[in-house]
Amino acid sequence: MLRVAIRKRLAPFELDVEFELPTPGVAALFGPSGCGKTSTISAIAGLLEPDAGRIELDGELLLDTAQGRSLAAERRRIGYVFQEARLFPHLSVAGNLHYALKRAPATRFVSLETVIELLELEALLERRTQRLSGGERQRVAIARALLSQPRLLLLDEPLASIDRERREELLPYLESLRDRLALPMVYVSHQFDEVLRLATHVVLMQAGHVLAEGGIGTISLDRRLRTLIGPESVGAVVDGRVLGTEAGSGLMRVAVGRGELKLAAEPWPRDTPVRVQLLARDVILATRPLEQLSVRNQLSGTITAIEADDAHSDLVSVDVGGATILARVTQAATRELALAPGLPAWALIKSASLHGHSYQGARVPRCMMPTI
Amino acid sequence: MAWLSPSEEDALVLSLSVASRSVLWSLPFALALGWLLARRGFAGRMLLDAIVQLPLVLPPVAVGYLLLVVFGTRGPIGAWLDRVLGIQLAFTSNGAALATAVMTFPLFVRTIRLSMESLDPGLEEVARTLGAGVLDRFATITLPLVLPGVLAGAVTAFCAALGEFGAVITFVSNIPGVTRTLPLALYTALQAPGGEHAAARLATLSILLGLSGLLLAEWLARRVRRMLGRGAHA
Repeated sequence: MLRVAIRKRLAPFELDVEFELPTPGVAALFGPSGCGKTSTISAIAGLLEPDAGRIELDGELLLDTAQGRSLAAERRRIGYVFQEARLFPHLSVAGNLHYALKRAPATRFVSLETVIELLELEALLERRTQRLSGGERQRVAIARALLSQPRLLLLDEPLASIDRERREELLPYLESLRDRLALPMVYVSHQFDEVLRLATHVVLMQAGHVLAEGGIGTISLDRRLRTLIGPESVGAVVDGRVLGTEAGSGLMRVAVGRGELKLAAEPWPRDTPVRVQLLARDVILATRPLEQLSVRNQLSGTITAIEADDAHSDLVSVDVGGATILARVTQAATRELALAPGLPAWALIKSASLHGHSYQGARVPRCMMPTI
Repeated sequence: MAWLSPSEEDALVLSLSVASRSVLWSLPFALALGWLLARRGFAGRMLLDAIVQLPLVLPPVAVGYLLLVVFGTRGPIGAWLDRVLGIQLAFTSNGAALATAVMTFPLFVRTIRLSMESLDPGLEEVARTLGAGVLDRFATITLPLVLPGVLAGAVTAFCAALGEFGAVITFVSNIPGVTRTLPLALYTALQAPGGEHAAARLATLSILLGLSGLLLAEWLARRVRRMLGRGAHA
C-alpha cells in the first residue's frame, strides 16, 4: 500500500492531495495538464519537499513532516521515468544501464538480461544516446529505472514527448512490464486511453486536489471523470472473463455480469480476465428483448439512475448483474420509453464498437487496442 | 632555447610555473564556488558572488596590498603559515602564484559557473532516483558534463595568469629569477635606458603565449565536447 497525504504551495494553486494505492498494481494519476500530478510523484520520489505531509510505502515511512523525517531521494529506492528520457549524454546506452545497476541493492528482482529482453535493447546497447529515437530513448530510460531495482516505479507521462505512432509502439512494452514483473507502478497521464490500457486503480486530480479515486470500473462511472475526458469518451469499464469461442461467428465470448459479450477472437485461454470499455454513445437501450437484429450483444438489467448529460441527452445507468453500464439516450427517448429507475432494460451493443482490453497476466491486466 | 636570452628564458619558465601553480591551486575552490553559485540557493549568495568578483573591479595594487597585509610574514595567516608550516609567501614564487590565483579567480569561477548553469539539473535528479548520493552525482554526472567548461576556464585562467602584474609586483616584488615573470621583466626592460628592443621581444613573447593559450582553450573545449558527444539533448 502506498499512502500519500501531502500539502505544498505551488504557483497557481495549493497542492493538497491524499490517497491510498494498492501495491502491487498499476495506479494512474489522471487529470488535465498542470493539475499537480507531476508534483505529487516528485514528492513521492523525494525530489520535491512538501510543506507538510506523510508518505508511506508498504509500511515504511518515507516522509513525515510532523516528525521532521524525510528519507533522501537516493535512499527511497523509487524508480522514476521522466517525461523527457533524461539519459546521461556522456554515457552510452549500456553505460546508462550500468549506472543504475552499479548503485542497486544486492538483492535483485530483475536482471540486466531480463530488462534487455523485455525492452528489446540488445541492438541499442553500444549506441550513443543522441542517436536514439524518442521511443528508444524512453525504453532505455525505463530499463535504467528498472535496473535500480525499485520498490515502486513512477512514470511521468512517458509517452507524452513521443508522436502518436510511436506511442502505439511503446505501450506494449509498458504492458509487458506490468504483466511480467509484479512491480507497483504509478502512471501519470492526461490521456484516458493510456490509463484504460495500463491501470487498475485511478486517482482523478484537478487543480491540486483529488476529485475521486477507486478502481477503474468505479471511476469510469464517476460523473467527475466525464468533464475531464469529454462526452465522446464517457463509458463504463466492466470486467469480464473469457468463456470461449462462439460457434459459427468465431467471436470470443466474454461473461460480464449475468450476461455475455462477444468480442473479436483473440488467442486468450478460457477464464482470462478481460476488461471492456462500453462507450455510452454506442449503447442502445430497449424496454424489451429484441430479436432479428444484427447487434451481437444484448444485456438485460435494471435501470438504476438517469442523469441529465447535456441539454438534449440523458445518461442512463443499467445494472446488468454485478456490473453497471452507461447508455446515452436522448431526453425525448427517455420520455417516450418512460425510462425510470427500477425498470428493466436491455442494453444493445455492436461487437464492432467494443473496445476490448484483456488481462493476460495472472493478477495484472494486459490490454490490447480496439477489436473488430 | 637559443633564441631566448637567459633572462628571458628565466622569465618565461617562471611565468609558466607560476601560472600553472595558480590554476592548480584555485581549481578546487573555483569548482566548489562555481557549483555553489550555480546550483545552490542560500542566504548570502549574492554577497559571496560579489566577493568572488571583487578582484575584477579592485585595483590590482590594492589586491597585492591586501595580500601583503594578510599573507605577509607579519600578517595573521602569513605568520601562522611561516611558524607552523614553514611556508613563506611574500617575496616568493608561491606568493606570485597566490596573487595571480586571486586575480584570475573571478574569470575561472565564471566559466565553470556558466557551464554548470547550462547543465540540465534533471540529469542530477535522475541520478538521485538511481541511488547516487551528492558526491557520487558530482563526480559521475556533473563533473564529466561540465569538463569542457572547466578545461576552457582553466586555460583562460592560465593565460590571464601569465599577464598578471599589479598584484604580483606589490605582493612579491620584482626579484630576478624568483618573482620576475614576463610582465615584470617587460616592465623592468622599459624602465632601463635602451631597453626598447628587449621590451619588444618580451611583448611579442607575451602575445604569442596568450594567443596559443586561447587557441588551445577553444580546441580543448571542442575536442572534449565531441568526445562526450553532447548533442542537442545535452
